[in-house]
Amino acid sequence: MNELLSNIIYFLIAVLFVFGLYGMLDKRNFMKKLMAMNIMQISVIIFFLALGQKLDATLPILVHGLEGVDQYVNPLPHALMLTAIVVSLSTTGVALALLLRIQDRYEDLEEPEILRGMDK
Amino acid sequence: MNRPFGTTILDTAFRYMVPFIMVYGVYVLLHGEYSPGGGFQAGALLAIAVVLTRLVQGREAVFDMKGDTAIILAGLGTLIYAGLGVLTVIWGGNFLDYAAIPLDLHAKELRPLGILVIEVGVTICVMGVIIAIYDALTRKDDDI
Amino acid sequence: MRILSMVFSIMLLGLLMFGSLGLPLIGDKDSPAAEHVSPRYIEKAYKETGSPNLVTAVLADYRSYDTLGETTVIFIAGAATILILRTAAGRKNAEGGSDE
Repeated sequence: MNELLSNIIYFLIAVLFVFGLYGMLDKRNFMKKLMAMNIMQISVIIFFLALGQKLDATLPILVHGLEGVDQYVNPLPHALMLTAIVVSLSTTGVALALLLRIQDRYEDLEEPEILRGMDK
Repeated sequence: MNRPFGTTILDTAFRYMVPFIMVYGVYVLLHGEYSPGGGFQAGALLAIAVVLTRLVQGREAVFDMKGDTAIILAGLGTLIYAGLGVLTVIWGGNFLDYAAIPLDLHAKELRPLGILVIEVGVTICVMGVIIAIYDALTRKDDDI
Repeated sequence: MRILSMVFSIMLLGLLMFGSLGLPLIGDKDSPAAEHVSPRYIEKAYKETGSPNLVTAVLADYRSYDTLGETTVIFIAGAATILILRTAAGRKNAEGGSDE
């Protein structure tokens, strides 16, 4: 039962990742591509947090009376993903700025329109 | 653009919310070593206070920060962080080794102090960057 | 094209699901991620850094050099956002000025 549950979590993460990848491959609108890329990022973050989990453990803040390695979840993925979230925020800002520039230049965000505008 | 959503309810509600958000941000920063929190979250909260004001009151918000000021603040935050690292080297320790801070304290008290200093730097940096990105993305072309 | 990307996505999904069968169980106390450096952080972080919040201890003391890099990255990203949009508006104003 436990095995099945944990595999279901990994399957859901894989489904989220593939949703993002499919969106980036298939959608023609650059804004939708950016949203799909963010979905992929979130799936990777959830994957890291899932790897750091421990059964019957509490969050990694030391309290009195709880000693022992098995009482706290692994703090390392939390620290890494905390910075990853903020970096993804700022890179999304840069991507949105680039999209605004494309919108100014070609007056559209659809890929065929932009390719047609490049040929002119 | 005067108050695009300027209804009484929004205007009153955000006036009550913004001070609490800012106080909570400072609490998350200063208490980040003993409870969930830290520099990144505190920076996001402090930035949200400014962004919320801009969202409700539009471009004529009273409680506002220009994008240039915000990015200068972000640079200052990064400078605080890197400057502490260089200072610890000058004081004879390793890079970012907080035990080298020349105060008459035990190393067990110096290290939380160093952590707090760099968390303040991270907070200012994240706050400035979020406000700067919001300001740049919502800026109109004619008011630079 | 849509068919091709859908087939590719489904194949990748199958591959990822097959690969995830070999990962440790959720909540496994003896998983490789919880073995090497993580017990040391949990046991010694309070003694060495004086911070009960282990995430802060790892982020701001053990790996503070890493966090310095991340802070620089987000600062540069914010500056890049401003610069990209400012160039756009400046060029548009310049074009408008030359037209007049």
